[in-house]
Order: sequence, then C-alpha cells, then structure tokens
Amino acid sequence: MAGLGMRDIKRRIKSVNSTKQITKAMELVSSAKLRKAKESLEKTRPYFTMMGETINEIIASTKGIKHEYLISREVKKTGYIVITADRGLCGGYNSNVIKKATSHMEDKERVSVIAIGQKGRDFFKKQNYDLDGEFVYVLENPTFITAQSIGNLSRELYKQQLVDEVYLVYTEFVSTISQKPKMVKLLPLEVEVGNSVLKDRDERMTYEPSPEAVLGYLIPKYIDSMIYGAMVESSASEQGARRVAMESATDNAEDMIDSLKLQYNRARQASITQEIAEIVGGAEALK
Amino acid sequence: MAEKFHLQIITPHRIFLDDKVERVIIRSTEGDFAILHDHIPMVTPLRIGKMTIINEGKSREAAMAGGFVHIDLDKTVVMLDAAEWPDEIDVNRAKKAKERAEDRLKNNHGNIDQIRAEIALNKALNRLNLVEKHK
Repeated sequence: MAGLGMRDIKRRIKSVNSTKQITKAMELVSSAKLRKAKESLEKTRPYFTMMGETINEIIASTKGIKHEYLISREVKKTGYIVITADRGLCGGYNSNVIKKATSHMEDKERVSVIAIGQKGRDFFKKQNYDLDGEFVYVLENPTFITAQSIGNLSRELYKQQLVDEVYLVYTEFVSTISQKPKMVKLLPLEVEVGNSVLKDRDERMTYEPSPEAVLGYLIPKYIDSMIYGAMVESSASEQGARRVAMESATDNAEDMIDSLKLQYNRARQASITQEIAEIVGGAEALK
Repeated sequence: MAEKFHLQIITPHRIFLDDKVERVIIRSTEGDFAILHDHIPMVTPLRIGKMTIINEGKSREAAMAGGFVHIDLDKTVVMLDAAEWPDEIDVNRAKKAKERAEDRLKNNHGNIDQIRAEIALNKALNRLNLVEKHK
C-alpha cells in the first residue's frame, strides 16, 4: 500500500537525518580538535626532528662506543609500542595502524605489545597477545610525562631482557586527508643509513664528561621524545581521519535523504493519483 | 661588539628562542659555562638551573629544566624539557609542585619516586628562585 510505504519512507528520512546531525556534530568537534592537535604538532616537530638529527650524528661519529642500548642481541622476543585511538568512527585509522603492526609480527608467541589507546588494547587483548603495558585516554592531550613513563617501561623491559627489540608503530600526519602508518625501531638504536654521512668536523666533536655518559643520558631522552612525537602525530592523525570519515558520512547521509525524498514524493504523487482515479471512478459509477 | 652566533633553544612544546646572540651561560652537569662565537663542537647534558642569554650588552635570564646542548660550527642547539622566561613562570603551580614534592620526600624512602620527587622539587625551587630574583 502506498500510504504505508510513505510512512516508512518518512520514518527512514527522519532516522537518516538524525544520524546526519550526529555525524555533522562529530565533524565539527573533530575539526576543532584537529586545529588544536595541528598546532601542537607544529610546535613539537622541530624538537622531534632536531632530536633525531642530533642523535644520529652523535652515534655516527662515536662508532665503537659500547652502550647497552646500541648492541643488538639475538632476538627472542620483540616489543611493539602501538599507538591507536581511544575511540572508533575514524575510518581506517585504527585498522591501518594495527595492520602495520601485525604484518611485521611473525610469531605471536614471540611478540609483546605496549598498547597506547583503547582500540589497540582491545584488539591485542582479544587476539591473546602478550600485553606488557596499556595506556588509555592519554592521546587527546599528549604530555611529555606520559611519553616518559612509556619510555621508562620499554627501557625496563629491554634491560631485563624481556624483549630484545622495541618497535614503535604510529601514524604520521601528512595532511588532513592523508595519514600514513609508520614503524620505527627504538631499541637497539640504529643509525639511519644515508643520514650517517660523516662530516669531517664530527671527528673533533667533544663530549663532556665522556661520550658514554652523554649517550647514556641522550638515548633515553631520544626514546622519550620519539614516543612523545609519535603520540602528537598520532593524535593529529586521528582527528584528521575522523574529520574526513565524518565528512563523508554526512555527505552520504545527505545523498540518502535526497533519494529518499524523491521516493517519498513519488509515492505521494502515486497515492494522490490513485485517489483521484478512485473518486472519478466512483462518480462515473453513480451517473 | 662581540661576534654573534646562531642559538636555537627548543623544547617539546615550542621553539623558545631562535636568534643570533653574543653569549649564553648555561648549567651543564659539570657546572656553569658560557658559549661564545666559535666554541669547539661539543655535546653535553644540562642540569636544572637558570640560563643567561646576553645580546647587545643586555642579559636576560630564563629557567631551564634539564636537557642537552649541541654546539656545532654553524649553530648551537639547546634542547630542553622546558624553558620559561621569569614572567612566564606560573608561581602557584611551582609552589604546589614544591609542596607536593616535599610531601613525597617526607613519606617515601629510596625508590624511583624519591628521585622523581627530588627532580620535581629542584625544578620548582629553580622556578621560584628566578621569579623571586626578578620581582
């Protein structure tokens, strides 16, 4: 029956419309958060890149120095620090990071995970991975202190030989519409090949009080700042991904409403036509 | 006029300073030392303390909280956990941090939290001292 169909369509329009309102609101919220996250990302990046450059240069120019964080050993267990979001509804953001991490993991038995963000924690818990640590609800406002405690935890695991390698998996913020999952090795520290072009002056670089002491101080600092930088990048990426996802959800809802409205009007017209036909038919019969 | 060199002071939260300066005095783990133009390339960790930046005969002081300095021929980079000019220091926050740290030190014995509390206390005292001096 046309009337019932009309009522159904009307109900659907209403429900799609209220979904649209929600996605629209979420879009606005994440745009605001994205702006904030981008600001703090811009402030953090110089520190982050400078730290990477400095440490690379120092390690490249102090070859032969023995430090516990520089020596690679036989890998029995690999630790992963995986940064995901606390919430969903952000497109492929979470699954992309997790995919990046799991594709690198070979044997579940030889992997342990430090999960940052609720989504990642839930995933790795459900899949029965070893969880060495979990940090949830820390990404909205990443702080250096959180990064330090994550860094401390991973260094402690490494020192006690519970893990023999540590990787950091996060999402790099390229632009609002493009985020790239990325993985870097934190421990043991490796000099990026290609970056280690030795400048002559590096031979004369002095380290006070001693190269070992400087590295002993710098490496933990470097790890903390890498984690902090990754957290800031990830949180900006999350907001970007969510904004894009919500934007397309809102667009889709609009498209759906449009086509439903067309259907509704057709049904309405059909029912009116039918009614007129019935009246005319009835009047005709009375003659 | 003394020759200048390029100094960058970077913290995780911002670029604190990026300028040509004449001299900077910072506190390393070995003690206070000054950096002038043409210093030998060097890397050294820094302690919590104050730094003095001297430019055009004027000196400015700022609080710094641990980090390291990387002196190179073309520029000097100071990477710090935090840095503030005296007028930026949140006195209430520093006072609270000081009380909290003192409290922890009283009720705690020889573990990692104690070391942390000592660092926190140091940072708070450093900030308060600097504010006091510039009142």
